[in-house]
Amino acid sequence: MCLDLGLMTSATYRRYRFFRSGLLRWPVWGAPILLASCAPAGVLDPQGPVASAEHLILINSTAIMLVVVIPVIVATLVFAWWYRASNDRASRASDKSYEGRIEFVVWSIPALTVILLSGVIWIGAHQLDPRAPIAAKTNPVRVEVVSLDWKWLFIYPDLGVAAVNLLVIPAATPIEFQLTSATVMNSFFVPQLGSQIYTMGGMITHLNLLADTPGEYPGLSANFSGDGFSWMRFVVKSVPAGDFNAWLAQARGTGSGLDDAGYAELAKPSKALPPKTYRAVEPKLFEHILERTMTGPGDAGMGGAQQGG
Amino acid sequence: MLGRLSWSAIPFNEPLPLLSGAAVGIVILAVLVIVTVKGWWPYLWREWLTSVDHKHIGVMYVMLGLVMLLRGFSDAIMMRTQQAVAVGDAQGYLPPSHYDQIFSAHGSIMIFFVAMPLVIGLMNFVVPLQLGVRDVAFPVLNSISFWLTAAGALLINVSLVIGNFARTGWMGYPPLSELAFSPDVGVDYYLWSLQISGIGTLLTGVNFVTTILKLRAPGMTYFRMPVFCWTALASNLLIVAAFPVLTATFLMLLLDRYLGMHFFTNGGGGNQMMYVNLFWAWGHPEVYILILPAFGVFSEVVATFSGKALFSYRSMVWATLGICVLSFMVWLHHFFTMGAGADVNAFFGIMSSIIAVPTGVKVFNWLFTMFHGRIVFRTPMMFAVGFIITFVIGGLTGVLLAVPPADFVLHNSTFLVAHFHNVIIGGVVFGALAGINYWFPKAFGFTLDERLGHASFWCWLIGFYLAFMPLYVLGLMGMTRRLEHVPDPGWQPLLLVAEGGAVVILCGIACQIAQLYVSIRGRDQRRDLTGDPWNGRTLEWSTSSPPPAYNFAVLPRVETVDAFWHMKQTHQSTAKSGYEAIEMPRNSPAGFIIAFFAVIMGFSLIWQIWWLAILGFLAAAIVVLIAAWSTDREHEISAAEVARMERAG
Repeated sequence: MCLDLGLMTSATYRRYRFFRSGLLRWPVWGAPILLASCAPAGVLDPQGPVASAEHLILINSTAIMLVVVIPVIVATLVFAWWYRASNDRASRASDKSYEGRIEFVVWSIPALTVILLSGVIWIGAHQLDPRAPIAAKTNPVRVEVVSLDWKWLFIYPDLGVAAVNLLVIPAATPIEFQLTSATVMNSFFVPQLGSQIYTMGGMITHLNLLADTPGEYPGLSANFSGDGFSWMRFVVKSVPAGDFNAWLAQARGTGSGLDDAGYAELAKPSKALPPKTYRAVEPKLFEHILERTMTGPGDAGMGGAQQGG
Repeated sequence: MLGRLSWSAIPFNEPLPLLSGAAVGIVILAVLVIVTVKGWWPYLWREWLTSVDHKHIGVMYVMLGLVMLLRGFSDAIMMRTQQAVAVGDAQGYLPPSHYDQIFSAHGSIMIFFVAMPLVIGLMNFVVPLQLGVRDVAFPVLNSISFWLTAAGALLINVSLVIGNFARTGWMGYPPLSELAFSPDVGVDYYLWSLQISGIGTLLTGVNFVTTILKLRAPGMTYFRMPVFCWTALASNLLIVAAFPVLTATFLMLLLDRYLGMHFFTNGGGGNQMMYVNLFWAWGHPEVYILILPAFGVFSEVVATFSGKALFSYRSMVWATLGICVLSFMVWLHHFFTMGAGADVNAFFGIMSSIIAVPTGVKVFNWLFTMFHGRIVFRTPMMFAVGFIITFVIGGLTGVLLAVPPADFVLHNSTFLVAHFHNVIIGGVVFGALAGINYWFPKAFGFTLDERLGHASFWCWLIGFYLAFMPLYVLGLMGMTRRLEHVPDPGWQPLLLVAEGGAVVILCGIACQIAQLYVSIRGRDQRRDLTGDPWNGRTLEWSTSSPPPAYNFAVLPRVETVDAFWHMKQTHQSTAKSGYEAIEMPRNSPAGFIIAFFAVIMGFSLIWQIWWLAILGFLAAAIVVLIAAWSTDREHEISAAEVARMERAG
C-alpha cells in the first residue's frame, strides 16, 4: 500500500486537482494522509546520529508501550461488546470486586513496562545529553547562534564569518553550538538533525549535532516569540568538506562585514529575511550580545518596540 | 482620570473581534430583556444569584463552563481555519497580531474557564450528595468562589471589545510577557482575570478539602467514601497546594510589569527560567486537578452501568492518592529542552512515566469492572468506553514525551498539541460530558435525550480523532505549534482533515444544545420520579430528584462502600418519619457583590485607573468583612415543614 501511494507526491497531487470533484475526492484526500505516515519527513527522516538515536528511541518506546496499549484497547472493545446487557450468552458475576491475583497482575503490568522504559530514559537522557560532544574523526566546527526578532544569526567564531537564516556546515563533522537570544526566548530546532534547545538572553545553552551526509534541512524556532515567529525559519546546508572551504572562501569574499552598527541594524524586528552571509564579523560579537542581554533584553534597545503598534 | 483607557482601545479597525463582541453583547442584552419582561429577576436573584446551595452553585459552574466552551471553541475553529488556508504564498485571513491573541485566549479560556468550571461544578453538585450531607463546609465562601470565577471569565471576554488579549501563548513566558515586549494591556487582561478566578479556585479547594475531611454522613469512614469523593479530595488538595504558586508567580510578573521590578527579567538579577519553573510547578498538578475528578466520574459511571461494584476499590483509592503525590514531582518535563543536565532530565522523565503505573491500574480496574458485568450503553457509558480507548493513546504519547531524547524532537510540536488535547478532550471533556449526562436527572428531575446524547458522543469521538491524529503526524513531520503561517504546502491536506475534525466536533456541540432543548421541552414525559434512574450505587441516588434544599430529610447511616446499593440489597428504606428541624444556610448576595467589585477592580487595574481600582478593592473588602461578621446566617426548616416537603416530594 505504501508503495502505491508513495508515488503520489504533492506535485502530482496538485496536478490531479480535478480529482477533487466527485467520488474520487475521498481517496485523493485520504492518500496524502497515508502518504504522510509512509513517506518519512522531519523527525521521521533523521539525517544525523543524534536524530537517528532519538528516532530509534521514539520507535522503541512506542513499541514497548504498544505491547500493553493494543491489548487494552482490544479488551475494552471486546468486553464492552460481549458483556452488553442484551447478550444472553455472556456469563455474569454480580458483585465480585476484589481478586488478589488479578490485583497483583494489574499493578505489575504497568510497573514492569515503566521499569523497562526507565532504563530507556536514563540511558537515553545521558547518551543524548545536548552538551555531550559527538565522537568523530574530524575536528568539530564551533557555531554561535543568536535568535533575533525574527531571524537567526550564525557566527563562526573560529572562521571569522557569519550568516543570517543560513547555516552551512561540513557533512560528517561535529558541530558545537553555543546559543543565546538577543530577544525573547526561542528554541533552535532542526528536526532532521535532532535535539532542539532553548535560546535565552543573558545565558548560553549548548548543543552538539552532526549531519551524516550533504543535504538541505529546514530549521526553525520551536518556541513562540511574537508576531514574526512563523517566519523564523532557516536552512541548514550540509556540504562535503571541500565545498565547505569553497563556501568559506566565497563568503569571505562577498558582501559586507558585521560590525556593531550592522548588528544594531540587523537586530531591529524584521521577518522573512533572505539568507545572507557576512565576510567578516566583529570579534567577540557573541559575548557582547550576551553582556547586553544580561541587563535585560528590553534594555538592549532592541525589540522593545516590536508590538507597540 | 481614565488611565490608559481611551476610544482607541476599541478595535474599530479589526472587524472580527468587534463583530463577535457585538454578537455576544446582543445575546446578553436579549437575555436581560427577556428576564426583565418575564419578571424573572426576583426568582433569579433568590434561587440562583444569591443561592449558597451547593447544587445551584454546581449547576451555575457547569453552565459557565459550557458557555465558555462556545467561546473557546470558536477560537479553536478560527485557528484551524487559519492554518488550513495560510499555506505557502497565502497569508490567511488573520494577521499575526490577531491570530496570536486567539491561541493565547483559547488556551487560557479552555483551561481556566471551561475545564475548571466543569470539573468544579460537578464536584459542587455531587460531593455533598455522595457524602450524605446537606451542604459544603462554607456555603457562602462557595458562592464567593463561583462568582470570582465568573468575574474572571467576564474580564477575559471584555478584552475582545476593549483593548486586546495577550499575544504570548497561554503560558505567558517572559521576557515576551514583560513590559518591554508586550507593552499593551493584553498580558494584564490575562494576569488579572486569572488572578481573580484563581482566588475563587483556591477558596473552592479549601472548602472542599474541609467538607470531605470534616462533613460526612454518620458511618461514612474514609474507606466508605465513593471514589468520586476520593478523586475530589485529591484534586482539591492539589488546588490548595498548587494555586498559591500560580498566584505568587503571576503577582511577581505583575510587579515586573507595573512597578518595574525584575523577578523575571535579566536586569537586576532576575531570571526568566524561574517563571517557567514556577508556572509548571503549578501547571502539572493542574492537569491532575482536572483529570482526577474525571477519573472519578468514570469510576462511578462504569460501575453503575456495568451493574457491578467497582473492581478493587482500595486499589483505585491508592492509585488516586499516588497520582496526587506524584503529580508534584514531574513538572520539569515541560522544559527538558531548557538545558538542564542529563541526571535532572532523566530523573523527571522517570518520575513522569511512573505516573503511568497508577493510571494504568485504574484502566485495568475499569476493564475488570466491565468484565462479567451487564453493560447498559447509556450516553455516560458511551463516553466512558470512548474515554478508555482514547486515553490510553494519549497516555502512550504522554509517556513518549516524558522520554527526554524523544521530547528533544517533539517538544512544542503539534505532536505535543495533539497529546494534551488527547488527554484533555478524551479525559476531562469526555468525563465532564459523561458526568453531565449522568447527574442531569438528579439535578433537574428528568433525563436527557439518549438519541442526541449518543449522536453528540459519536461526533465528539470521531471529530477528536479527525482533528488531532493529523496533528500527531504533522508534529512528527516537523510542524511546530502556534504557526500563524504554514511554510510547507505538503502539510495542507492533513491540516484540512484537522479542520474537518473541528467541524465534526462542532456538530457534537450542536447535538448537545439540541439535546438540552429537546429534553427540556419534553421534560414532562421524561420525569424521573424514583430519584434513581440508573439503578445507582451511591447516596446521591437515595434522595429525590431534584433533591430538596436540605438534600436528606434524615441523614443516611452508612455501613459499606456503595451505601445506597447496600440499602437496596438489604431492603432498607430511607426514613419516612422522625423528622427533625433542619438548620440551613441563608442566601447571601455577598459573592455576587464581591465579584461585581472585583470586576471593577480588575478592569481598572488593567487600564491603570488607580482611583477606581482602589474604590473597587475597598468596596469588595468591606463586603467581605460584612459577610464575615454577620451572625444571622442560618434559617431553620421546622420538622413539620420537612415532613410536608417529603410528602410532596
